[in-house]
Amino acid sequence: MIRTENLHKSFLVEGASEPLHVLRGVSESIEKGEVVSVIGPSGSGKSTFLRCLNLLEIPEEGRIWFKGTDITAPDVDINLHRQKMGMVFQHFNVFPHLSVAENITLAPMLAKKKSKKEAEDVAKELLSRVGLLDKWSEHPARLSGGQKQRLAIVRALAMEPEVMLFDEPTSALDPEMVGEVLEVIRELVRSGMTSVIVTHEMGFAKEVSDRVLFMDEGIIAEEGKPSEVFGSPRNPRTVEFLSKVLY
Amino acid sequence: MIIEYFENIVKIMSEYWYTFLVAGVGKTLLLTAITVSCGAVLGVIICLGRMSRVRAFNALALGFGELIRGTPMLLQLYIAYFFLPKLLPFNISEFARIAMAYIVNSACYVSEVFRSGIQAVDAGQSEAARSLGLTSWQTFMHVVLPQAIKNILPALGNEFVTITKDTSLASTFFIGEVMTSCLIVRGKTYLTMESLIIVAIIYFCLTWVMNRFVGKMERRLQTGD
Repeated sequence: MIRTENLHKSFLVEGASEPLHVLRGVSESIEKGEVVSVIGPSGSGKSTFLRCLNLLEIPEEGRIWFKGTDITAPDVDINLHRQKMGMVFQHFNVFPHLSVAENITLAPMLAKKKSKKEAEDVAKELLSRVGLLDKWSEHPARLSGGQKQRLAIVRALAMEPEVMLFDEPTSALDPEMVGEVLEVIRELVRSGMTSVIVTHEMGFAKEVSDRVLFMDEGIIAEEGKPSEVFGSPRNPRTVEFLSKVLY
Repeated sequence: MIIEYFENIVKIMSEYWYTFLVAGVGKTLLLTAITVSCGAVLGVIICLGRMSRVRAFNALALGFGELIRGTPMLLQLYIAYFFLPKLLPFNISEFARIAMAYIVNSACYVSEVFRSGIQAVDAGQSEAARSLGLTSWQTFMHVVLPQAIKNILPALGNEFVTITKDTSLASTFFIGEVMTSCLIVRGKTYLTMESLIIVAIIYFCLTWVMNRFVGKMERRLQTGD
């Protein structure tokens, strides 16, 4: 479904003399229906890797194929491909000036030219699935963090994506709201949605993933089934990282 | 002495109310309205230049903005007043010359208001919109701009108040706004202090009303969140 080859990405850091080399050659392949979790210490490049997959970050080097198309090629209409890749952000990024319903229907109506009624039918169905149908005409300012993130997930799903990218979806949530968001993701994953999940929730990664990637210093330092990576890590850096996090 | 002032003010107003309140205030408001509306349009153009990815537009908008904001308004009025007739192939009235100077000056300030208002919208908002497959134009029109307007409108209201006061500089060229009325009446009556007090009251009343509008608008925009 998604394949990357030798991704490199650097950022200019204010005050630093050299650019920060965040990705140092990441080659990875994510199959259809697969659920892949990406774990690793902060600054290891997990989020940057994820954001490269839909070109929110443009890698300086390397290529990315989505369903066989090289989306790093200059003549590619990235907007068409992004419609098929849903993304959920750490800070929700719901649209504060739009109602819950409008948050969901905006993209289907603009990008897919759906009629208002079509888009609203989909929105109603999705909202009732995550228990937010009663918030239909509210503005996001009236929602809790967990509700905002569920809305953000629904907003992405309304585009009928073929893959979902989660960028630390529970990291900005109050502890008591983590569960409700994970429950929605869990259900989505069980329904067979191809997903890439950057997360610090080790227990969740262990439970839902088909495969776990451990990233450190810009490369994939270890990968394997959750039982392998969590149960018997081979890389000393994985061992060290896992010993530091509680799960 | 205060009673004498008061009596003189009443006397001046009964004789020259038209000069102050109709001719003067009318010209002031006209000049302000033209400046703010045309200045906003020109400001959008300069702002687009500032945010353009084309280096030349960017440098031009930046340089022009800094030049205008870095020189005194009064100087710009002088330059417009004396040099616009020489530069332009057609006749241009004194009022139009002065108005053009105000428009250009105001545009440079509001272009910065627009730019900061747009850039104050969280980058995550455009990222979310782009990740859904919206084009950069759709993202700007449907996600960034509606949120930026909330930042911009109150500042634009304040610009209205500032311009209203700054139009008094145009009296240097006897354009006919309130400050000019003051000069005219002072010349006729020799009552300097009284004329100045009248103009002070008029300006204060104008800006007071405007500030109430701006405040009301700010509150309306906040509750809309």
